[in-house]
Amino acid sequence: MKNLVILGAGTSGTMMANHLIHKLDKEQWKITIIDQYKTHYYQPGFLFLPFDLYKTKDVKKKGKKYIPKGARYINQKIDRIIADENLVKLEHETVPYDILIVATGTKIAPQETPGMKEDNWHKNIFDFYTYEGSKGLRDKLREWKGGKLIVHITEMPIKCPVAPLEFAFLADSYFTNKGMRDKVEITYVTPLEGAFTKPKATAALHHLLEEKGIKEVTDFDIERVDFKNNKIVDYGEREVDYDLLVTIPTNLGDEMIERSGLGDDMNFVPTNKATLQSKAHENIFAIGDATNLPASKAGSVAHFEAEILTENIMRFINNEPLKEEFDGHANCFIETGHGKALLIDFNYTHEPVEGTFPFPGLGPLKLLKESRMNHMGKLAFRWIYWNMLIKGTHIPFVSATMSESGKKYDTVEN
Amino acid sequence: MEKVIGNKTINVNEEGYLTDFSQWDKEVAAELAKEKNIELTDGHWMVIDYLQEKYKNEEALSIRGIKKSGKFNIKEFYNLFPGGPLKISTLIAGIPKPKSCI
Repeated sequence: MKNLVILGAGTSGTMMANHLIHKLDKEQWKITIIDQYKTHYYQPGFLFLPFDLYKTKDVKKKGKKYIPKGARYINQKIDRIIADENLVKLEHETVPYDILIVATGTKIAPQETPGMKEDNWHKNIFDFYTYEGSKGLRDKLREWKGGKLIVHITEMPIKCPVAPLEFAFLADSYFTNKGMRDKVEITYVTPLEGAFTKPKATAALHHLLEEKGIKEVTDFDIERVDFKNNKIVDYGEREVDYDLLVTIPTNLGDEMIERSGLGDDMNFVPTNKATLQSKAHENIFAIGDATNLPASKAGSVAHFEAEILTENIMRFINNEPLKEEFDGHANCFIETGHGKALLIDFNYTHEPVEGTFPFPGLGPLKLLKESRMNHMGKLAFRWIYWNMLIKGTHIPFVSATMSESGKKYDTVEN
Repeated sequence: MEKVIGNKTINVNEEGYLTDFSQWDKEVAAELAKEKNIELTDGHWMVIDYLQEKYKNEEALSIRGIKKSGKFNIKEFYNLFPGGPLKISTLIAGIPKPKSCI
């Protein structure tokens, strides 16, 4: 009997277990999936929870419900991967593997920035990338009387790079609905040159920020949070004052990766960007936020990766050459507030495009344009997530690699 | 596009970054720096050498990476190239502008 072991039962890991359970020969292969936590969080929901748009029950479910019956599900902390011996050491046992899939994701590291995780953490400095942060922020916003709100990115890369922008847009909408928009000054502070990582989308998003009266501070590399005086300071001594700081702290790969000696200097696993095989060991593959791929860290990317990785695992088992097929495809809804959303579609080499999705010329979703239909699409996505995506069901009409028909696109230079 | 700088012609992209590193020399650097109101000192050259070394080894540049390298202090880096140190220093060093990861 051979062992395929998946580390992490989040979006990527759960999807891989569900894909592979149908593909691997049950007589020959045993699938084991390991995660220290019993709860599966719907992370895209952490964006909506602070604004009372979702309830806590919308974002957390029992992980076990989504793990296929034929797989072994272990809830233990992972100590380390011993790659030279093909072993994974857990808290209470050691698990051997023939093939290993690393899907341990990324998490916030507020301790990387001086002053961030000090006395005022989760008092007037919040993240919304954790369940605790998102829920704490909801409670704070419910009673907040207004003032200076900063939405801040510490450094790239971060999970879901559009989330902070969406947060700013939704905040505008939230305070407008509460009749207190005039009491809140919203400022978007980023280490990037503009609102997003891709120039085409940045132009469209900059326009929206302006329209909603959200100020932008760009090229801001934070040095410290002066939590006593409520300001953030960059290396050039620029300061921005806040009453409420909503920050996306540094994102790092899991510490287990560091303990295993398998990560880069941010604990992400160096991975072949087309095949998803790790660069260091041919029987170790990586998927989702845990990789160092130059693609967005997002569920949609993981979803596209999962289809290609499943194929490559089968090829690896059959001693066939791996498919160099992953193109960095990402497809993200961007909530813009007031019941509307944008949709963007891009990959390693192509900018977010204009056009329609998923049907060329028909839509119904419009790329890079604000619409109510896009917002409905984003809301529908929660159902798709729990019922199709993590179960590994193919989403009709949406392909793993990016389709160019029906879209206007520009190729990214350099 | 072509750009005349001092007594040399160089090829640059629309943001002013050299597209052919072989056209770079210390005079070009000094002229590019002048356009940014920077007079190059030993401190600047140390940064430029470091950046070019990284570029030759195809290593990605980031503020975090520079901090970790321990080569120089980030505050000093900001003082040397005010406004956007990585963007400005790479332009003067004749190497591409660092792409911020997605």
